[in-house]
Amino acid sequence: MSIDKKNIQHIATLSRLLVSESECESYSGDLSNILGLVEQMNSVDTRDVEPMAHPLEITARLREDEITEIDQRQRFQAIAPEVEQGLYLVPRVIE
Amino acid sequence: MEWETVIGLEIHCQLATRSKIFSGASTTYGAPPNTQACAVDLGLPGVLPVLNREAVTMAIKFGLAVDADIAERSVFARKNYFYPDLPKGYQISQYELPVVGRGHIDIEVDGTLKTIGITRAHLEEDAGKSAHEGFADRTGIDLNRAGTPLLEIVSEPDMRSAAEAVAYMKKIHSLVTYLGISDGNMQEGSFRCDANVSLRPRGEETFGTRTELKNINSFRFVEQAINHEVERQMDILEDGGSIIQETRLFDPDRNETRSMRTKEEANDYRYFPDPDLLPVVVDRELLVALQSKLPELPDQKRQRFMDDYGLSRYDSGVLTAQRALADYFENCVQSADGEAKLCANWIMGELSAALNRDDRDISNSPVTADMLGQMIKRITDNTISGKIAKQVFEGMWNGEGNADRIISDRGLKQMSDSGELEKLVDKVISDNPQQVEQYRNSPEDKQKKLIGFFVGQLMKATAGKANPQQVNELLRRKL
Repeated sequence: MSIDKKNIQHIATLSRLLVSESECESYSGDLSNILGLVEQMNSVDTRDVEPMAHPLEITARLREDEITEIDQRQRFQAIAPEVEQGLYLVPRVIE
Repeated sequence: MEWETVIGLEIHCQLATRSKIFSGASTTYGAPPNTQACAVDLGLPGVLPVLNREAVTMAIKFGLAVDADIAERSVFARKNYFYPDLPKGYQISQYELPVVGRGHIDIEVDGTLKTIGITRAHLEEDAGKSAHEGFADRTGIDLNRAGTPLLEIVSEPDMRSAAEAVAYMKKIHSLVTYLGISDGNMQEGSFRCDANVSLRPRGEETFGTRTELKNINSFRFVEQAINHEVERQMDILEDGGSIIQETRLFDPDRNETRSMRTKEEANDYRYFPDPDLLPVVVDRELLVALQSKLPELPDQKRQRFMDDYGLSRYDSGVLTAQRALADYFENCVQSADGEAKLCANWIMGELSAALNRDDRDISNSPVTADMLGQMIKRITDNTISGKIAKQVFEGMWNGEGNADRIISDRGLKQMSDSGELEKLVDKVISDNPQQVEQYRNSPEDKQKKLIGFFVGQLMKATAGKANPQQVNELLRRKL
């Protein structure tokens, strides 16, 4: 399976990345190669292999339902580009 | 052509944990913006989400209550999309291996029982909130809600009308509040749903193209939104057109649905297992322990109300729909020395009407279960009549004190002195010779109607304090 320039543009849009025409060319080659590798792996018989959700063979440790965080709004908002009335400001979005 | 409506619901239910699903920040509603959004919720570099045990427990309780398969091993995945209220650029959710699998619940519409399938229920985190007003060309973001645990409950496309969809939504609401896993507060957005709606010619097996109605936050709106969408789709189909698969937003002010985005521009979420989170394993012991601790659920309580209190199926259904109402009823019956039927009537009659009128919830009724029960005791011991009780109830509602106090303050005690009553009966008879004449010359069936006039006169003379039974008896004897 190969990835054409149209696929690259679609992925770039989903990832909010600006990709130039010439970059599209090289990315489509690179990504097609990666898929080629996956295809090669597809030839391995995995019928008896359980799908893996995580490379470590351990399971989740859960936390107790306790409030452990304090309000650090001031510190977090000190590094935000724009804040007002306690809100983070972003360019206007209306759906 | 005759069309059949097909509906499936996705309900988002906020879980009542103290802290967030992956962080130790508080979930309390209404805090100043961003004071409950910690580094994990903000998705700052280097943070690690750690799953809240209580959120998992609550999801399992729900699964057990709908007789679902609980996954021994479930996995969290990243759902990728960009929106300013989602700081990480992905929502942690479950995709292939949700914690709750296939289950079912029963709903009842117009006395007919129907089983609705539940496809799955999965855990996920909520996003923040956007404020579009008040800032010139800016949107304000409050991330207090980001990371709040949600249980998304997905139904099978088993519903065939808006009424069934409402009944299903109410049933799920009732379940999660009975289980104590959600406060179910719809104004605060703790319980909201998306509805998938499609039409197909009656008798057809395959589904028609569906639209998704987003973010419906009341029982009334779910009914309105679905009915409008059904009409819209029917108009298109009747004209020979076809439905576009799209997401639509219900506008309750204009009472219409309008397009948000079509499938072509729909998000491609690129789900993949979240490498930050390990698979969750639920062991048998926990399941058994939770099963044994499940509270009495609405259907069981309904049956018990029928068996123990002799209530009708309908009355039991109304009283057990909300856990708080069911508790109110049981407390009331206890205070009223077991007068269950009378308590049910008062709760479903006067009390419900007053709650509706003043837009109050049963949990903040000014008339407590004990107060109502005490008043009902005064009806059964003949201190007051049912009619006078309505005045007493209004008095209690308006904060004039308990029933006994109002009865004595307003002098509402029923006339028990039969001698005094007899004198009044004599007076009414002698004051109205014409009506007496008419009564005496009428056949028996007509007399039953005519006696009402005399009863009315007596009630007027005693300001309603005469015992109606006693009055009737005296009149019949004297006339």
